[in-house]
Amino acid sequence: MNRKNFLYLTGMGISGAMLAGIPVIGSPISAEAAMQGGIDVALKKRMADVALNAARSKGATYTDVRIGRYLRQFVVTREEKVQNVVNTESYGMGIRVLANGCWGFAATDKMDNDSIAKAAAAAVAIAKENARIQSEPVQLAPQKGYGEVSWKTPIEKNAFEVPIKDKVDLLLKVNDTAMKAGANYITSIIFSVNEQKYFASSDGSYIDQDVHRIWPTFFATHVDAKSGKFETRNALSSPRGMGYEYLIPKAADKITNMPTPLYRNSYDMIEDAGFAGKQGAEKMAAKSVEAGKYDLILDPSNLWLTIHESVGHPTELDRVLGYEANFAGTSFLTLDKWKTGKFNFGSKNVNIVADKLQPGSLGAVGYDDEGVKCGQWDIIKDGILVNYQTIRDQAHIIGLNASQGCCYADAWSDVQFQRMPNISLQPGKTPLTPAELIKDVEKGIYVVGDSSFSIDQQRYNFQFSGQLYYEVKNGKIVGMLNDVAYQSNTQEFWNSCSAVCDKSDYRLGGSFFDGKGQPEQVSAVSHGSSTTRFNGVNIINTARKI
Amino acid sequence: MAILSEEEARSLMKKALSYSKADECEINLNGSDSANIRYARNSVSTSGAIAQTSLVVSSAFGKKLGVATINEYDDASLEKVVRRSEELAQLAPENPEFMPFLGPQTYAAPNPKLFDQKTADMSPKLRTDMVAQSLQVAKDSKLTAAGFLQNTGSFAAMMNSHGLFAYNKYSDINFSVTLRSEDGKGSGYASRDYEDYTKMDTLKLTKVSAQKATGSITAKAIEPGKYTVILEPSAGIVLLEQLYGGLDARSADEGRSFLSKAGGGTKLGDKLVDERVTIYSDPQNPDLPSSTWNGDGRPQERINWIEKGVVKNLYYSRYWAQKKGVKAIPGPDAITMLGGDASLEDLIKSTERGILVTRLWYIRPVDPQTLLYTGLTRDGTFYIENGQIKFPVKNFRFNESPIIMLNNLEALGRPERAVSGESFQSAMIPPMKIRDFTFSSLSDAV
Repeated sequence: MNRKNFLYLTGMGISGAMLAGIPVIGSPISAEAAMQGGIDVALKKRMADVALNAARSKGATYTDVRIGRYLRQFVVTREEKVQNVVNTESYGMGIRVLANGCWGFAATDKMDNDSIAKAAAAAVAIAKENARIQSEPVQLAPQKGYGEVSWKTPIEKNAFEVPIKDKVDLLLKVNDTAMKAGANYITSIIFSVNEQKYFASSDGSYIDQDVHRIWPTFFATHVDAKSGKFETRNALSSPRGMGYEYLIPKAADKITNMPTPLYRNSYDMIEDAGFAGKQGAEKMAAKSVEAGKYDLILDPSNLWLTIHESVGHPTELDRVLGYEANFAGTSFLTLDKWKTGKFNFGSKNVNIVADKLQPGSLGAVGYDDEGVKCGQWDIIKDGILVNYQTIRDQAHIIGLNASQGCCYADAWSDVQFQRMPNISLQPGKTPLTPAELIKDVEKGIYVVGDSSFSIDQQRYNFQFSGQLYYEVKNGKIVGMLNDVAYQSNTQEFWNSCSAVCDKSDYRLGGSFFDGKGQPEQVSAVSHGSSTTRFNGVNIINTARKI
Repeated sequence: MAILSEEEARSLMKKALSYSKADECEINLNGSDSANIRYARNSVSTSGAIAQTSLVVSSAFGKKLGVATINEYDDASLEKVVRRSEELAQLAPENPEFMPFLGPQTYAAPNPKLFDQKTADMSPKLRTDMVAQSLQVAKDSKLTAAGFLQNTGSFAAMMNSHGLFAYNKYSDINFSVTLRSEDGKGSGYASRDYEDYTKMDTLKLTKVSAQKATGSITAKAIEPGKYTVILEPSAGIVLLEQLYGGLDARSADEGRSFLSKAGGGTKLGDKLVDERVTIYSDPQNPDLPSSTWNGDGRPQERINWIEKGVVKNLYYSRYWAQKKGVKAIPGPDAITMLGGDASLEDLIKSTERGILVTRLWYIRPVDPQTLLYTGLTRDGTFYIENGQIKFPVKNFRFNESPIIMLNNLEALGRPERAVSGESFQSAMIPPMKIRDFTFSSLSDAV
């Protein structure tokens, strides 16, 4: 299905879909089909064995097979209308082989034995052909087979089993609440994802995984027809590796002593919509920021994206090595900097951990897409760069004899490659609340929510915006600001990190649609932090006249 | 199975439609065969081939719609998928904006250049040979190459119970390459996309990239600020597509677009940019052939979007067009922006002081009210003085609106086919000379 067909199916129109950043994945199916159980494990094993045997007989020295059934559901409403309910399914098999020391890959959605064997043969033929232009053979870190094992996201309530009517009722209530509070337009959406993934390899692993994710979100717009101005306030939710329980608000998950409510592990979508509805007009009336240096206090709903772009991407080993040079770019965190053991990435307050196990996170799985058991490790320790993120065919380059389990493909039809694990800023060890953090600030801006984001291809220079900006003067929030963006250099920025709130403030943000690779693939990843302060950051004013 | 002929597609969809008991039924059938090679560090990295098809059934009862899909095509499977979509439609909530499916449409025959069998059928050897040529340039120039080559054959068809039938067959070859100097101080880029693989000269494109990489090694830092820039087509396209992709009537009518006016109304019919700017779409353009129908079956015809600086047309959903009582013009595809006869070299020669930009990267919206975007230059940025390229400069971050940019137009060159590094869509774009382009900070990135 192409993007145009998808837009037609969601009925969102191009601007709405671009706002939501929705890629085209899978084909539409019925809700009823989406609720059917997964493919029988014994059948998957039989199909995988057909591929493994066919590839070996054609000369593959290593083979892995991924059988995927990917379900996605989009419930889309605007104002008082249900715009569309789309269930998509994508089912097929990807076969990756090593032959003559070179990778080959082929994928098919025809799951009979002949088609599988043909795809395996095509993968081997491609590998052998490409071996002609390979400079050195692939070197795979050893990986033992785990036999037949399984893993499932620990959800409480499967979003695909919640009736469409319940989701529609919630979203229409969200819309009504925002509009009564002052929004003129609102689009609200619940995205649900279920990846039923089966991995088998010639190492002897047969891994069955059932991965769930959910993202409720909205875009509420306030329009002033007289001036021709408009302002949009997006939801402060985050996509999570959870079931529908994320949408059942719990009092203990709310932070209520800041200017707008903030949410931990469950989300009150109706309450947030009420605030969004009135904040559109407040944003429009807010003072335009005076450009200059400010202390920035970044809420986790904003900081997650800055962590993602400025820490997550430059510590991907494949970028460091040049594998992404033609598209996503390379990295300023070159191997020589890491080898010194002294590269000063940030201040002593900066401790950043990679974690593929974190409960409720988007990146949590039992095993990655090349059959490696997942774990956690330090990336930045006391401000120093100590490690990267890597996979089986690159681990040896940084002296590791095992992969860190960072391999992922967004579909059965795409080849797996290195993707970011959850990368998170660790909370401060000394008790500190956001309110206490703000008390010390003479001239600052408190930023909530994510918005515009852009960073160069080596991850030095970035510019980020937010949903809500509050001016801080002499330790107090004095009002809202508008037209704010912060611009900085990664190393300078993280060295200006002067305080991190404690673990009671720790929250996860994240993205469903992190893009990388050619052809481009998306990946879902979370980034946690507590509210954090950065001193003396450059603020630009983004107001223009056309 | 992946690429069905028009007759094969028609007969399969006709059979599926014969099982329908809904008020209305529409079938979409798509398939593609695609293969790629990815390379980096002067060696192949990953590569693959993928074949897939899908048949989508949309059944409607009144304003209730159900959608189901399948990739098996025996009679029993076809009947099952139709029944499933009907069951779902009965359970679905009513959509007040639902539009009945279109009746029979008249489509122009697609440009014969839209599909080239040899491009769809490229062998692994042919792909490897084309990449080998690119790798040889890198090795000969002592540079490091990373690139991507992909060929695709595909088809799309639709049929509905009101008699609509549409079919197109496509081929595509896409190539991009980045060459970097061994010390990491220089980087160059080139990219193209065609329907016919014989037009794709991987050797020539890699040489262009090599020249930019070698030429950018001694980049100097100059102060950010407002500069005259020459945007090569591959740089200009990423800002222009934000403009022509944003010509949505509904958001403009609703007051939440850069096209909305104070006091209500839209800028349709108003002069928005310099009078030398004309932007149109035409699926029959032999240099950029495209689909003759869009995703919901509406014919794609030649449409002027901006004519001599004036907004001439906006695009509509069928629902919004009906509500407004206007023709439902589908969104733009196969865009051409008119230019002049000047070459890129001519534009450089006529520039006293300015900056030549090869590529813009990581384009993100900053303010939808003014269509303000941010992003960075990349892979070859050069300082021009007295009509000559003097030296490479370090990359910049910009904050600029394509509307402001097209009001600060100095000159346009000859349009050429460019592919966007952001949307991967192709368009015919001229090199553009723009004054007062806003660079807001420096980047150390190479």
